Amino acid sequence: MVPLSYYLVLSGILFACGVTGFLIKRNIITIFMSIELMLNGVNLSFVAFAAQWHALSGQIFVFFVMVVAAAESAVGLAIIIAVYRTRETLNVDRINLLKL
Amino acid sequence: MTPNLHLWLIPLLPLVGAAINGLFGKRFSRQTVSAIALGFSGAALVMALWIAAQFSSLTLPRVESLATWIRAGDFQVDFAFYLDQLSLVMLLVVTGVGLLIHIYSVGYMWEEGGFYRFFSYLNLFMFFMLTLVLASNYLLMFIGWEGVGLASYLLIGFWFTKDSAASAGKKAFIVNRIGDFGFLIALFLMIKHFGSLNFEQVFRIVSGLPAETAGAGLLTAIGLLLMVGAAGKSAQLPLYVWLPDAMEGPTPVSALIHAATMVTAGVYMVARSHVVFDRAPQALMVVAIVGTLTALFAATIGVCQTDIKKVLAYSTISQLGYMFIGCGVAAYSAGIFHLMTHAFFKGLLFLAAGSVIHAEGGEQDMRRMGGLRHHIPWTFWTMTAATFAIAGFPPFAGFFSKDAILWKAYLNGSWVYWAIGVFTAFLTSFYMFRLWFLTFFGEYRGEAAASEHVHLASRAGAPAPHEHGHGGIHESPTVMLIPLVILAGLSICGGWVGSERFDKFLSPALHSGVTAYSAEQEAASTPASEPREHGASEGLLTSISILAAVSGLFLAWLLYQRRPQLPQEIAHALGSFYEAVVHKYYVDEIYAAVFVKPLIDGSTRVLWHGIDRDVIDATLDNSAEGAREVSDAMRHMQSGNLRSYAGWIAAGAAVVIAYMIWLGTR
Repeated sequence: MVPLSYYLVLSGILFACGVTGFLIKRNIITIFMSIELMLNGVNLSFVAFAAQWHALSGQIFVFFVMVVAAAESAVGLAIIIAVYRTRETLNVDRINLLKL
Repeated sequence: MTPNLHLWLIPLLPLVGAAINGLFGKRFSRQTVSAIALGFSGAALVMALWIAAQFSSLTLPRVESLATWIRAGDFQVDFAFYLDQLSLVMLLVVTGVGLLIHIYSVGYMWEEGGFYRFFSYLNLFMFFMLTLVLASNYLLMFIGWEGVGLASYLLIGFWFTKDSAASAGKKAFIVNRIGDFGFLIALFLMIKHFGSLNFEQVFRIVSGLPAETAGAGLLTAIGLLLMVGAAGKSAQLPLYVWLPDAMEGPTPVSALIHAATMVTAGVYMVARSHVVFDRAPQALMVVAIVGTLTALFAATIGVCQTDIKKVLAYSTISQLGYMFIGCGVAAYSAGIFHLMTHAFFKGLLFLAAGSVIHAEGGEQDMRRMGGLRHHIPWTFWTMTAATFAIAGFPPFAGFFSKDAILWKAYLNGSWVYWAIGVFTAFLTSFYMFRLWFLTFFGEYRGEAAASEHVHLASRAGAPAPHEHGHGGIHESPTVMLIPLVILAGLSICGGWVGSERFDKFLSPALHSGVTAYSAEQEAASTPASEPREHGASEGLLTSISILAAVSGLFLAWLLYQRRPQLPQEIAHALGSFYEAVVHKYYVDEIYAAVFVKPLIDGSTRVLWHGIDRDVIDATLDNSAEGAREVSDAMRHMQSGNLRSYAGWIAAGAAVVIAYMIWLGTR
């Protein structure tokens, strides 16, 4: 059986990738994908713990996270489209004013 | 059960008048304002007379409690009023003289701005003064005590646009505070040791204590502290300095507050607390000595003053000194008797002086008066009555009361009090007749037309369309003359009641079983042959004091009527002493150098520059500056750049995680 630490290290790597992408990328879509990566890194640790301790609550939590992530991406993509329509760019460094 | 007298109404009536005039008076006509002011103070007089009429059928002392004010454990203070012979006398003096001066003020202040304000203050003063004399406990008395101080401050500074008036008001208030401080500590001592401030309870407890003949104790301390309060309010040494300056106020105010009523509050308080003083001979001796010195000291200053109101002011201080001599030799009734007659003749003197000032269009310097007796005969004759009364000529009122005090001073105290008292009587007679001759006799020394003088009305900043015009010297209107005539009548007849009968009337209120001089009095009154012997010496002493009064008159006539150049020569001969007296012994200058200047310098350097500016202000300024600088630095975090926000979040999370790891590995 694969030890728990492997899963956790993989989860940490995924999360770190997400954070790095979030910080260094300028395109909103890429940033958005980085967020999803972080969420899934966390999900992985949840299911790993659930399997280790035979506790169902970890699995259920993951379902919740997936539902919230789905809702978030729906809203987030809508916002991105709206932003693109008004600013005609997806570069976050140029979207730094609350008003036009 | 006697019917309820509603004593609380007496002080409250003037308060209602003050409130109406103070709140709405601005819209009223002058007639309405004066009707309200006179109506309410007149109503107080009517009530006082009504009480006096049924006085003989009352059981005294009588306490009427209106409501509970303070209750803390066993300690209780009520809004309660106390009526006995002493408060009745004060009540009648305050309401009677007060109403007359109200009437006079209508004429005197008619041309002034702030007419309603003046009458509102005047009624307010009546309220506090009546509270003072009717209070049944020391705390309520203290309310009145402070209140009359407030009214005095407001009225001295009535012409508040004038710098000298405003600062005179402040001076009066601050000097009075010094005295009030002593009074307050006396009250604290009473609360601590007697657990009450009600007259009846305090006096009952004190009556059970032995007289402190051997050494100074609690009662002596209370007595001395009360005397400090009395010295402040009644302008005795060393706190008298405010009263001469208080003459900056309108003349009716000087008459009512600074001659007839308020300044006698200290005498009333000492007489009211006679139970304490009777058992504290040392405190009583201090009262007598302070009174004697003040009487002499102020009289000598009065001799050299040239401002007509300043002469009267120093005269008032001197006469108050007499009252304290009376109280100080345990002859409280004589002190109160002099208080009453003094209220009549000194009130009249001030009102008549006001009438003279009015006639001259604002001139107060006696050197510019003279020969006025033909121009203002009513003022002249009434002032003559008052002058003879204060100088102590029989059968005028002042003779009886002053003689009673001097006689008691000789009998109970020491011949020193008596000798200084007689010398002061001589000085009193001299400076009063000096005023009389300078003002009414000789040639007129002022400008022919009053146009160059500062008008009463223009002092208030208003144009002065006077009815009679200020072209020449003119008699005052009738409304001002009526009070003069009534007070002149009282100045002549007020003493005829006689000090013996007055003493007998007051004795229930002023008798406490023990007196500080009981031993001497017993020795004086028991053997049958003694009274006659005393009678003879009383006759002798009386003749001496009459002689003093007559010689004062003669000297004044000689110097200011017969040989007007003599005063100059005498002044030259006396040299520096004369200079010192003219400058009021430099007391104001000494106080300024010893107390006022160090206080101002200390406050400026230490409290203002040191503490306020360098500590309190600096703390605030620096912390505000620090907050601004920190914010200025932190401001750059909020750039609007999304990725920098994300970076801050990540950094924060990294710090938290690092902390967690550190916690785990510890």
